[in-house]
Amino acid sequence: MKRKTFAGILRYIRPHLPLVVLTLLTAAAVVAANLLTPFFAGRAIDCVAGKGAVDWRRLSVYLASIGACALSGMLFQWLMSLMNNRIAYRVLADVRRDAFAKLGRLPLKYIDARAYGDVANVIVTDAEQFSEGLLLGFTQLFTGILTIGGVLGIMLAIRWEIALVVFLITPLSLFVARFIARRTFKTFKAQAEARADEAAFADEMIANLKAVKAFAREEENAAIFEEKAEKVRRASLKAVFFSSTTNPSTRFVNALVYAAVALAGAFFVLSTAGTAAAFSVGNLSTFLSYANQYTKPFNEISEVLAEFQNALACAARLFELIGEEEESPDGALPPLGRAEGDVCAENVAFSYTPERELIKDFSLHARPGMRVAIVGPTGCGKTTLINLLMRFYDVDGGAIYVDGKDIRTITRSSLRENYGMVLQDTWLKTATVRENLCMGRPGCTEEEMIAAAKAAKAHNFILRLPEGYDTVISEDGVLSAGQKQLLCIARVMLCRPPMLILDEATSNIDTRTERIVQQAFAALMEGRTCFVVAHRLSTIQTADLILVMKAGRVVEQGTHAELLEKGGFYSELYYAQFAG
Amino acid sequence: MELLVPLVVASVVDVGIAQADKGYIVHACLLLVGFGVLGLAFALTAQYFAAKAAVGTSAELRKRLFVRMQSFSFAQIDDMGAPSMLTRMTSDAQQVQTGINLTLRLFLRSPIVVLGAAAMAFVVDVYAGIVFLAVIPLLAAVVFSVMAACTPRHRAVQEKLDGVYLSARENLAGARVIRAFRMEKKEAAAFSKQCDGLEKAQVGVGRIAAVMGSLTFALVNLAAVALIWVGGVRVDAGVLEQGDVLALYSYLALVLVELIKFANWIVTTTKAVACMRRIGAVLDTEGEPKQAAASCDKIEENAPHVSFENVSFTYAGGGAPALSGISFTAARGETVGVLGGTGSGKSTLVSLIPRFYEATEGCVKIGGTPVGSISAKTLRRGIVGYVPQKTVLFRGTIASNLRWGNGEATDAELMEAAKAAQALDVLEAKGGLDAPVEQEGRNFSGGQRQRLTIARALAKKPEILILDDAFSALDYATDARLRAALKELDCTVFLVSQRVASVMHADKILVLDEGHIADMGTHDELMARCGLYREIYISQTEAEA
Repeated sequence: MKRKTFAGILRYIRPHLPLVVLTLLTAAAVVAANLLTPFFAGRAIDCVAGKGAVDWRRLSVYLASIGACALSGMLFQWLMSLMNNRIAYRVLADVRRDAFAKLGRLPLKYIDARAYGDVANVIVTDAEQFSEGLLLGFTQLFTGILTIGGVLGIMLAIRWEIALVVFLITPLSLFVARFIARRTFKTFKAQAEARADEAAFADEMIANLKAVKAFAREEENAAIFEEKAEKVRRASLKAVFFSSTTNPSTRFVNALVYAAVALAGAFFVLSTAGTAAAFSVGNLSTFLSYANQYTKPFNEISEVLAEFQNALACAARLFELIGEEEESPDGALPPLGRAEGDVCAENVAFSYTPERELIKDFSLHARPGMRVAIVGPTGCGKTTLINLLMRFYDVDGGAIYVDGKDIRTITRSSLRENYGMVLQDTWLKTATVRENLCMGRPGCTEEEMIAAAKAAKAHNFILRLPEGYDTVISEDGVLSAGQKQLLCIARVMLCRPPMLILDEATSNIDTRTERIVQQAFAALMEGRTCFVVAHRLSTIQTADLILVMKAGRVVEQGTHAELLEKGGFYSELYYAQFAG
Repeated sequence: MELLVPLVVASVVDVGIAQADKGYIVHACLLLVGFGVLGLAFALTAQYFAAKAAVGTSAELRKRLFVRMQSFSFAQIDDMGAPSMLTRMTSDAQQVQTGINLTLRLFLRSPIVVLGAAAMAFVVDVYAGIVFLAVIPLLAAVVFSVMAACTPRHRAVQEKLDGVYLSARENLAGARVIRAFRMEKKEAAAFSKQCDGLEKAQVGVGRIAAVMGSLTFALVNLAAVALIWVGGVRVDAGVLEQGDVLALYSYLALVLVELIKFANWIVTTTKAVACMRRIGAVLDTEGEPKQAAASCDKIEENAPHVSFENVSFTYAGGGAPALSGISFTAARGETVGVLGGTGSGKSTLVSLIPRFYEATEGCVKIGGTPVGSISAKTLRRGIVGYVPQKTVLFRGTIASNLRWGNGEATDAELMEAAKAAQALDVLEAKGGLDAPVEQEGRNFSGGQRQRLTIARALAKKPEILILDDAFSALDYATDARLRAALKELDCTVFLVSQRVASVMHADKILVLDEGHIADMGTHDELMARCGLYREIYISQTEAEA
């Protein structure tokens, strides 16, 4: 798991390796400039020993050095940020692209089993956390370690005794940081739980506010919410407070280091005064600056490490998605070509989960132009059939043939090209009407598109839209359910596929539109092999074959007359509906 | 406190070292430790109160938001939308909390430190102070101008990011259609383009932001050069001592650290202010009146149970009236079917009874009393049982859900309601009344939820039961059994449906067409005289007619 994640990270960083190395080099230069400044400043202060004892020549050299450090530091820091951003955002875009392309190749099983929001979050949020947390964090970590090492090195070189003092107090700062981090983590977890509980409640109640109001539950809910909000308040107070103690605490450790350095430094200045290895006031200044600078990276590192944990978890989810097993590739298979529309299922067995057998021994033969009605109560598994016919899922046993070819021996895309699909759940893209209509035939002419729209009775209302065919459709835009369905029909009309899969459900459509949709459906079905999830008696009665489904299984099949005669589930359904 | 530190150090240098007074040095250093302890104590106290204030404010805001949102009328709910309300409750409130916390922590500190450092520099030496006076505005100018340049670009990045999220989600939701039309590659290419756009925007912002870090770094160090130079001149002249230069240099470092924090603070607060504005918009919205005009919860005996008197209704902002000129009465115990296509106003009509919306014209009465003068609580809890189109259950158990309308109902009463609602097999399948229900009833199928929501409404033994297309997920056999069970109950039933089969046995059928009552009567009457009814009937049962 961990190894897979790291392998994934490496794979995305490798193309940018030269840039990464360059970034690290500039980072080192930035650190150097940062560290040299107090050193030169210390020397410079040594040059201003007292009245009339200012060494102007050396002072100007040191000040010029500071200036040089400042300018080069500026340049390098700027370069470092630029390269850093370039790498992080490029990797981010790459990862997102790959994850998204992956969506098109994953078995639908994967997509069906997960909430859309969750998967979308992996591509959007997790990817971002990964790239920013890991890549930007890495540079921070690198500069932090360099700074600590550099500071200790310079201090050791100037006066190892004082460096030792600093060195000895260091563990204290680490200890404090660790202690706070642990407490903080616990309180944050408690806060997250309390918050999730409150959010779940609010989500449920606000999203269904009308039901709440229908039962006049406002007061009870307010009391429950108040209680939950109080819990969050208590947990948050702890979490926020503990996390905010980091700064003052490290400042305090800082103050200790500072005082210790001042004390030891001052004594050294006194005791070494006049000797060859004199510890000057300037040295003291250098040390004080370092003491100030040097606890900061510790904080940063502990922050970065916490961030890393999170980023790694995100990366793990991301690479799990990217590494997820894909649909069996079919690039080497021959395409189907234009089918006649002869569909045959032989002894098909299928189940979503091994424990629950769903379809067993299902056979069917639909000859070109035949109309097959699928009937049954809601949730009886009509989509399962669509899943198998269009090979969104593969059968577990038996086989499905189109024009005598096992659909597993041809490319998926050529199979789907031969089907037209209009589902009850009318999915349209956030794009113009035109783009939506031409989805199946991107190269079609304006005339062809309009002809299809006219055939689907959609042309007139499209013209009434604010910008006609160029109106952008959005998820909850201006279109009614019926209009959306008409667009979906037109979309299929334009492709003229030999086989159709339709869901007749028109429960969201008013009667007038429904009639129009029916006419459009009828025009569409003309001369094609159709599988219709039927809701209307006329469709059922005139079907060449009726499949009756119940609880995921095909329980009966035959014509209307045959099934009525049989007196089974179909006849029960039929009489309940129309004679009840 | 921290402002004094450099001065103490300066005195260590100028007095302690200059006079080789070890005792003085030790004292001074102990003083530094003391400052540290005091600083820690003050800081922790400040942090505690800052956290308390921030967290308390946010909790209070959320509570008020929740209460206020619950008081919204249906029209207001439609207007605002649940996702938008929820964002305000969660992320907006969180942003405000962070903003307040940071403000209290930083705002009370940074400006004081910056200005204090400058003031102390003046105390040490006027000329050195002037260097500070020159540098601080320059630094501030850099920080602010970079931020000013970044903010709109940040917003653009955010918008692009939203677009990326939308595409990802849309592709997941439309996975079947996309594959059916073999659009996988094309969609991936379009997404790739979006990612490129986002990357470009992000790199652009990063480029500007990078200027800030490097420029401030350079400015402060160049200021150090100037400062030490000026210090040198003053020391040479005997005005300053070496330790003073050291102190001045320390002040400069302080200023830099605080400015960076300050910049962060501005980012957070601008966000927090925007969020607070959104929350404020909700809090400033008046909810529906608890109870209109005079209170009169009593219901007269001899008036028709429910009556509509020339009622019209127009949705806020929705041009044409959704209902116009609706008049009818329903006697106690009658079943009224409401039939019509989508947009014909069926749901709107029945939602006027529990006063989810207020009639724009005319009057809706229950037992002769206008619904406007019955308190919402009495009306919705005591009188009307409502089963909405959107079937939803809430986290808890089946029993806790069924008790929504009537907290005192016994288990036996609940079972009775479940039986009438044809939900006994649901109870059986899930393990009885105490079976757990997940958020929004996700662990139940649509049909199961629908029957449980009907049971929920029945459990409170309503006088008026409204079923708003509540049978849509039921198969016809269950639908028929349920209707038979409802007949047994002693209440006035409003049955909204698209299916003729569901309403054809009602005592009275209202046929709605574009907000008007096209006709009303029994099935036979309507078949005889109402063209629209016949048309719907025939379209649904073609072969038999």
